[in-house]
Amino acid sequence: MIIASKKPIEEIIQEITPYSRILILGCNECVTVCEAGGKKEVEVLASALRIFCLSQGIEKTIGEHTLERQCDHEYLEEIRNMVDDYDAIVSLACGVGVQFAAEKYLTMPLLPGVNTVCLGANEDRGLWTERCQACGSCVLARTGGICPVSRCAKRVLNGPCGGSTNGKCEISKDTDCAWQLIIDRLKALDKMDDYEAVAPVKDWSKDRAGGPRTVTREDVKI
Amino acid sequence: MSKYVSSSRLERILKAGHLGVTSECGPPRGSDAEEVTKKGLLIKDYVDAVNVTDNQTAMTRMSSLAACIHLKLLGIEPVLQMVTRDRNRVALQSDILGAASFDISNMLCLSGDHQSFGDCARGQNVHDLDSMQLVQTVRHMRDEGKFLGGDDIKRPPKIFVGAAANPFADPFEIRIPRLAKKIACGAEFIQTQCIYNIDKFKEWMRRASDRGLTEKVFIMAGMTPMKSVGMAKYMKNKVPGMDVPDEIIQRLAGVEKKHQAQEGIQICVEHIQELKEVPGIAGFHIMAIEWEEKVPEIVEKSGLYPRPDM
Ligand code: SF4
Ligand code: SF4
Repeated sequence: MIIASKKPIEEIIQEITPYSRILILGCNECVTVCEAGGKKEVEVLASALRIFCLSQGIEKTIGEHTLERQCDHEYLEEIRNMVDDYDAIVSLACGVGVQFAAEKYLTMPLLPGVNTVCLGANEDRGLWTERCQACGSCVLARTGGICPVSRCAKRVLNGPCGGSTNGKCEISKDTDCAWQLIIDRLKALDKMDDYEAVAPVKDWSKDRAGGPRTVTREDVKI
Repeated sequence: MSKYVSSSRLERILKAGHLGVTSECGPPRGSDAEEVTKKGLLIKDYVDAVNVTDNQTAMTRMSSLAACIHLKLLGIEPVLQMVTRDRNRVALQSDILGAASFDISNMLCLSGDHQSFGDCARGQNVHDLDSMQLVQTVRHMRDEGKFLGGDDIKRPPKIFVGAAANPFADPFEIRIPRLAKKIACGAEFIQTQCIYNIDKFKEWMRRASDRGLTEKVFIMAGMTPMKSVGMAKYMKNKVPGMDVPDEIIQRLAGVEKKHQAQEGIQICVEHIQELKEVPGIAGFHIMAIEWEEKVPEIVEKSGLYPRPDM
C-alpha cells in the first residue's frame, strides 16, 4: 500500500493562512491503514486547527469529510455539492488522491496534509517500511523475492556492496542490508547458485526514467 | 595482435609476472592542480600507477578525470576511479571516452560510498548502473567497440579494467562467488579493501585460488598503514566492512604515542612481506590516505623497489 506520514501541523497552519473556510478531506484507503489520513486523523487535525484558531483569535470554518477513496472519480463526485462552502481543501490522501481531487475541482486550492513516502508494508505496530519503488519491470524472481531496487540504498543489482556489515547497510545500523536478506533467502531456497548469474544493465525505461507511466488494458476498456 | 589490451604499464608489469605496486591520490577540494601533482611526484618512481579517487566518502572534490589528466601530463600513470553513484550511463560512457582521449589506460569501477556520508547528504544519487555493470560497460565499449546503446564507437577506449573486492565484508560465504561474478563481468585486476586480518585474507585467497580465480584476475592486496592507535580503533569501529584484529590495536597501543606512526609502517611492511609469499597475490595497492610521503619508505622496506622498467 501507499505509505504516508502526517505533515507537521505548523506547515499546514502556514499553508491555510490565506483561506477562511477549509475542508479537511480524508481517504479511507491506504492512508487510513497507515494511520496518516483517515477519518480519525481528519478529526484530530480539524480539532487541532480549531483550537489553534481559537487561541489566536483567528476566525476560520474548518469542515471535515472522509471519502471511500480520493483516487476515484465516483467517490470524488460525492463532495461536489459541498465544495462551494469552502475556499480550500486540505487533503489527507496520498499525492495521487490530492492530484485527482485537484483535477476534478479546478478552481479549488488543494493542500496536501500528509507527505507521501513510499510503497510499503506495516511491519510492526507503528512501523512501516518501503518494499517497492514501482520500477516497472520487476526483478523479484531473480532476487529471492526481496527487492534490491527499493531496499538497497544504492540499488545495487549484483550486490552486496563492500559496505555490508553484520547484515546491516553501510548507511545505518538500523537498516537491513537488502543483499544480506537476498542471500539468506537464496540459501533457504537452496538457490545460491543463482547468485552468480550476473544481473545485466537494467532497462530503467519502465521506471520514472521513461516519463510518466500509464497502464492501458484493451481488454477492460469500454 | 598484441597480448595487451591497453597501453597500461600496470597491465604489462602484471602480465610479465612482476608484483605490481599502485598507490592512490585523492584530488583536492578545490581547483589547485598542484595538490595533485605534488602528491603524484612524491610517489612517481615508487609505484607503477596511481589511483585517483572519485569523490571519495561522497565529499565533493576536483573530478577524478581532471586529476588523472594532470598526473598523466607529468608522466605518471593514472588509474581512473569511477563510481556509479553520481553519473548515469550517458555521463559514465562519456567520461570513459574522455579518459581514453588522453590515453588514460586503467580504470577501477566502484559503486561509491553512499552520499549520506558526504557533504551533499541531501542530494540525489544515481546508481543507474552498479559497479559490475560498469565493468561490463567498459569491456563492451573496448572489446565490441560499441556503446551500450548499440552504436559503433570511433576509436574505442583501450582500458585495462579493474574492480574492488572486500574480502571481509559480510556475508563471508559469498565473498568468493562475488569475486567470480566480478571476473565474469570482465574485471582484469582487483584491488582489495585494506587488509589487517592477514589470516582471514589468506583464507580468502586460498578459496579464490581453489576456484581458479587467481588464474583469471590479478589480485592486488590493499594496504593502509595505521598512523596511530586512534586510527586503528576508528577503522575497526566506524568504517563499514573493515576488519581490524585486536592484536593490531594492542601492538600500536603498546608503543609510545610518538612512535605509533612508525610502528604502523612497520606492521604494513611486515604484512606486505608476508603476503608476497602467498600464491595468487599479483601486487599491492598502498593507500596511505593523506600520508603519501610514506609510500616510498613502505615500498623500499618491503623490497618492492626499484620498480621494473617496462
Ligand atoms: S523490482 Fe521494481 S517492481 Fe519489483 S519490487 Fe522492486 S521496485 Fe517494485
Ligand atoms: S550495504 Fe547492502 S543495502 Fe546497503 S548499499 Fe550496500 S548492498 Fe545495498
